[in-house]
Amino acid sequence: MEDPMAAIRETFFQECDEQLAELETGLIAMENGTAETETVNAVFRAVHSMKGGAGIFALDALVRFAHVFETALDKVRSGTLAATPAVLGVFLRAADVLADLVHAARENTSVDNARTATMVAEFDKINNDCETPSPAPAKTAPAAGSGLFEAALEEQNSAWEISFTPRAELYAKANETAIILRELRRLGEIDVRLDASCLPELSELDPEGAYLTWHIKLTSDCDEAAIRHVFEFVEDDCVLLITPPEPQGFVPGTVITGDNGFKFEFFPPPEDEEPAPEPEAAVPPPPREAPAAAKNPAVEVMAAKAESAAAVSATIRVDLDRVDRMIDLVGELVINEAMLSQRVLEAGIARASGVAMALEELEHLTREIQDSVMAIRAQPVRSVFQRMPRLVREVAAQTHKQVRLVTEGEGTEVDKTVIERIADPLTHMIRNAIDHGLESTERRIEIGKPAEGTVKLIALHRSGRIVLEVSDDGAGINRARVREKAVENGVIAADAQLSDDEIDNLIFLPGFSTAAKVSDISGRGVGMDVVRQSVAALGGRISITSRPGLGSTFTLSLPLTLAVLDGMVVSAHGHTLIIPLSAIVETLKPRAQDVFPLDHEINVLALRGGYVPMVDIANSLCYSESFIEPEQSVALLVEGEGGVRAVLLVDAIHGQRQVVIKSLEANYRAVPGIGAATVMGDGRVALILDVDAMVRNARSDAGRGAELAVTEAV
Amino acid sequence: MSTTVLTVDDSRAMRDMLRHSLAAAGFRVIQAEDGLHGLEMLESERPDVIVTDINMPRMDGFGFIEAVRRDDQRKAVPVLVLTTEVDVEKKNRARAAGATGWIVKPFDPVKLIEAIRRVSA
Repeated sequence: MEDPMAAIRETFFQECDEQLAELETGLIAMENGTAETETVNAVFRAVHSMKGGAGIFALDALVRFAHVFETALDKVRSGTLAATPAVLGVFLRAADVLADLVHAARENTSVDNARTATMVAEFDKINNDCETPSPAPAKTAPAAGSGLFEAALEEQNSAWEISFTPRAELYAKANETAIILRELRRLGEIDVRLDASCLPELSELDPEGAYLTWHIKLTSDCDEAAIRHVFEFVEDDCVLLITPPEPQGFVPGTVITGDNGFKFEFFPPPEDEEPAPEPEAAVPPPPREAPAAAKNPAVEVMAAKAESAAAVSATIRVDLDRVDRMIDLVGELVINEAMLSQRVLEAGIARASGVAMALEELEHLTREIQDSVMAIRAQPVRSVFQRMPRLVREVAAQTHKQVRLVTEGEGTEVDKTVIERIADPLTHMIRNAIDHGLESTERRIEIGKPAEGTVKLIALHRSGRIVLEVSDDGAGINRARVREKAVENGVIAADAQLSDDEIDNLIFLPGFSTAAKVSDISGRGVGMDVVRQSVAALGGRISITSRPGLGSTFTLSLPLTLAVLDGMVVSAHGHTLIIPLSAIVETLKPRAQDVFPLDHEINVLALRGGYVPMVDIANSLCYSESFIEPEQSVALLVEGEGGVRAVLLVDAIHGQRQVVIKSLEANYRAVPGIGAATVMGDGRVALILDVDAMVRNARSDAGRGAELAVTEAV
Repeated sequence: MSTTVLTVDDSRAMRDMLRHSLAAAGFRVIQAEDGLHGLEMLESERPDVIVTDINMPRMDGFGFIEAVRRDDQRKAVPVLVLTTEVDVEKKNRARAAGATGWIVKPFDPVKLIEAIRRVSA
């Protein structure tokens, strides 16, 4: 088994991530003025809890910084520090520093100490600014062993005299004299005498009162601190007198009183007192029976208050593997159900028969189960959105622009695997929007726009896909420059006729960078073409629209899940294949006069003024030696990575359906040109085409096709 | 029968840590995620000792301790508070609410076990 501490450590870091997100959300709510009291508490708790956990693992840098942060937050919570925009700005930056510290602790790397130190200095400043009624200065705990009896520390093996008179509070807090005596005995030999002289008549006795005093002679060479330690929990709820062994000659009457001014009267241990009773018997157990009706009303009120909160937190944490296994099984179920339906159909059972009807019910149920299982994996995009404010702050600082991030639709749900992979493209789009989209602050003021630029991040569901939009209110795409650049880089012909939209979308082509100089921010050596590729790998699409002077909008659309896929069922030389629907642009019937041979193997299809290479699926997958006659075939215009297109030729199209994706690598091995597999209703395996590979193949066969690609895009 | 300890803490890491340390010391460990959850667990469980955090959502440690102390069936259960060295004020408030004792965070398992032993019979 793995090291339990390593697992706890991992849990701690996971929790840190959640708390950092909560911290950021809370701080932003405070900034927007939508915070409630509970928000401030939650923010405080997040930092506090990180500090606590970091303590377990001795992550000192983290503990120290969290402590400083927490101190300031506590002041806000108690109202001694006003949450002004300036203060919140410090908090937000502190949250970033905290996140870095967590990250550094997790990866065991070093952090920018200077940054942390600057942050601490800022905290010192705001802490000092509000230094008025500092709430209860942390006076050190009644330090055991310091002061009075220091001299006694050297003491040898002789008897300490301890007089111990509990007050009722001691018992009320569930402390127990017997246990304290037991603990004392661990220090050495004890001689206990009970003074019960204050015990009233039974009729007068309050069962929860305190009437007893113990006189203890402890023979031990321990120091006073050790003795005080035994009484640590009860010190304030009793009268305690500790007299060191004789030679030191401390005056009896060194009185320690409880904090409510209880007067202590020294009681000399009577010589002929009865021996101490069994300690257990010393404290009468509260004999009162709880009346049935005594269900605590206050608790109920609290419970009722918290009910709404409870509804929110009614979640369970499940290992992802289990969910995946279930999804897999439900996939099998769907396939099985389809097979059963087909068998029933083949058996010639009438559609109106009971069997067929029951089967239909089953089909509905299966679909519903499938949807529900998929919903388990679905998560709101919030977790990704929450990372963006920090990004915006950083990029804004780097570019010296003022940026406000507006987010909408954080609750939009999408499959977990998709969520994990949208963060990168989204980051890139936002960087781009701030760096290239927004004008400089001076320029904005000059043209009469608000100095603060706005970047909007929206998530929504649209026809079974999730759509993410990043828009800015900047200058829009400079089409003249984009076009000029494209011609310069040989991406398009100098005389190419392009619509505005087409020019805008040129920025997604490989080797194209809109920035005159590659800036550190959006540049990072990655162009929008890479973003487009990673999006395409997820079965998604990305596009941009732009209005001069008003801003641009990136639109990213992705499938909701990667476990099922909408596919076109086609056949090629008797084999059933699935082509992902997201890759298909259109289907067409090629005419003989549009087909031009490039060489003996490659044909291109004239399509709206451009030429697209044609791929004979059956031939390229080696199903058949010969070539299909283009006029006899059905052609599918598909788009692969980076918007490159090809026409795939198949025998026939059998319609669309949702298929459960089964990995070929996991079950067999990787096959070039095939992305995955699925099981059809008749129980046979159908392969899912890897469109990108097909297109790439066709392109390399057809020679360099950059020009083709763009002219075709027209 | 082994001593049962109820831990109340909203941090998963802290819960895991408590469970790990206490189980290793032979205690039976039951866990709640906040004060209200703790009270719910007390309806069906009778722990010998309770260890609770202070800062928690829904119901904090103070509220929890007060509720335990008001419950005639449960009020004799020792409650230890997880606190930090600097939180003297918090410690005092916890005591006022009826806490039996406290454990200073970050605790090491030895101190934790020792503190529990110090309040349990």
